[in-house]
Amino acid sequence: MTVRQWSDYINPVVKSIPPSGIRRFFDLAAEMKGVISLGVGEPDFVTPWHIREACIYSLHQGHTAYTSNHGLPELREEIAKYLARKGVQYHPGREILVTVGVSEALDLALRAIICPGDEVIIPTPCYVSYMPGTLMAGGVPVTVATSMDEGFRLTAEKLEAAITPKTKALLLCFPNNPTGAVMDREELLKIAQVVEQHDLLVISDEIYDQLTYTGEHTCFASLPGMRDRTILLNGFSKAYAMTGWRLGYAAAHGDFIAAMTKIHQYTMLCAPITAQMSAIEALRYGETAMRKMVEQYNRRRRLVLHGFKEIGLPCFEPGGAFYAFPYIGDTGLTAEEFAEQLLKEEKVAVIPGDVFGPGGEQCIRCSYASSVEDLTTAIKRMGRFLKKIGKH
Amino acid sequence: MLEILELLQNNSRLTPQQIAVMTGRDEAEVKAIIERLEADKTIIKYFTLVNWEKAGVEKVTALIEVKLTPQRDVGFDAVAERIYRFPEVKTVHLMSGAYDLAVLVEGATMKEVALFVATKLATIENVTSTATHFVLKTYKQDGFIFEDRETDKRLVITP
Repeated sequence: MTVRQWSDYINPVVKSIPPSGIRRFFDLAAEMKGVISLGVGEPDFVTPWHIREACIYSLHQGHTAYTSNHGLPELREEIAKYLARKGVQYHPGREILVTVGVSEALDLALRAIICPGDEVIIPTPCYVSYMPGTLMAGGVPVTVATSMDEGFRLTAEKLEAAITPKTKALLLCFPNNPTGAVMDREELLKIAQVVEQHDLLVISDEIYDQLTYTGEHTCFASLPGMRDRTILLNGFSKAYAMTGWRLGYAAAHGDFIAAMTKIHQYTMLCAPITAQMSAIEALRYGETAMRKMVEQYNRRRRLVLHGFKEIGLPCFEPGGAFYAFPYIGDTGLTAEEFAEQLLKEEKVAVIPGDVFGPGGEQCIRCSYASSVEDLTTAIKRMGRFLKKIGKH
Repeated sequence: MLEILELLQNNSRLTPQQIAVMTGRDEAEVKAIIERLEADKTIIKYFTLVNWEKAGVEKVTALIEVKLTPQRDVGFDAVAERIYRFPEVKTVHLMSGAYDLAVLVEGATMKEVALFVATKLATIENVTSTATHFVLKTYKQDGFIFEDRETDKRLVITP
């Protein structure tokens, strides 16, 4: 009789998924002291005080119970109002679902629509969980690499070329993590045309919508014909500096929300009430604090871009989120080698671009959600590192 | 212009070059704006906010409520000027409500501050009464929290 290893019991799909490349760097960087981290995908601000204070008050009031699976009605109302301002109307009772972060919303969306073998087109570089999430839902991720030359934007032509009879959905994320790329209305309209022609669905992760510095953010669902084809994902982590609260939401046609709610009610049940109470405060009164944070990111964005130019690190201009994605291909090092050596020699932590999929191999992700002082020092150290390895 | 003022108020050590980059302006333009703001006294002075207690320096600060009899033509201004000229006086505000001037006085000891109030402030003509409140601890000043216990709690690397 063959002796089975414990690992033989693990689902082969889960086994086949490599651990996040970010994890290895986390372990490396965590052991070192004095590291300036440009490797964080979250704001350096603490949640604005009035939101935290609202949370404390809600606890005083004894709000500690489950909420409806869909989320607190007051919160869904506020979310619907917010989305209406972005040009798309949703019924707060049937078409909005509050989730445990956008990560859960993404998982629910994929699991609700994907049948085994369905293909999901994912423009890359992209957030680390898109491909594993698709695989775990039984789907097949089809990556479409974008490049620095085209501003890391998806073109309608590239999308069209990737479509097969098995294509079910397109997964978008603009402003983008890790590149900071944004897409304007005209470009998205062309994408929407292809989506309609091929009868596709779109999962649009718009978590960075408020962090758009060049032009106005276009909500994909607000484009003609796209409302009922789109599962719109958003949350509170980035704009309101609420990453640890784990609160997101999905807005879509009632049939999609009903299907997602089924999975949600048998897994998460509901998002934590404390976070939901705080999110109501954020949407009602958080605009000023949020605008101030966004202003600061924008200033740091300029500082970092200027700094990279000074030290001779080519970087396309990110229009959103809080990441710069400079090109390190000229150094002769792989992104991983670059990041590892930079960390060891200059104590600056960045993320190698290849962990975000095809198109990111010769780049590194640098988050500018750090203080001006830290960013200035990090850029100096990176400049020194480039000189050391014989570049510039 | 407001953006430049805000940046400088938050960190007066920012160079015109840094401000230029951060605001997307030309460095010469930023320099010119700052010079103009300094010249017209929109920017009055560049301060360093010091936590003297931490530096081991004992200082006593008192907030003094001052009631005045306003004077014809000059209102409260003439008496206010007589008060704010004293180097011991750090801040003077004209207030609405129960008293007229809020005067912040700094001294080496409580006795020194008390003496100043009794011999200098209270004796000024048209000052009708004073009430002295000693500051026991400063938690926040000019928008800055003195002993901020909130540190960056993020992990070194996050998705």
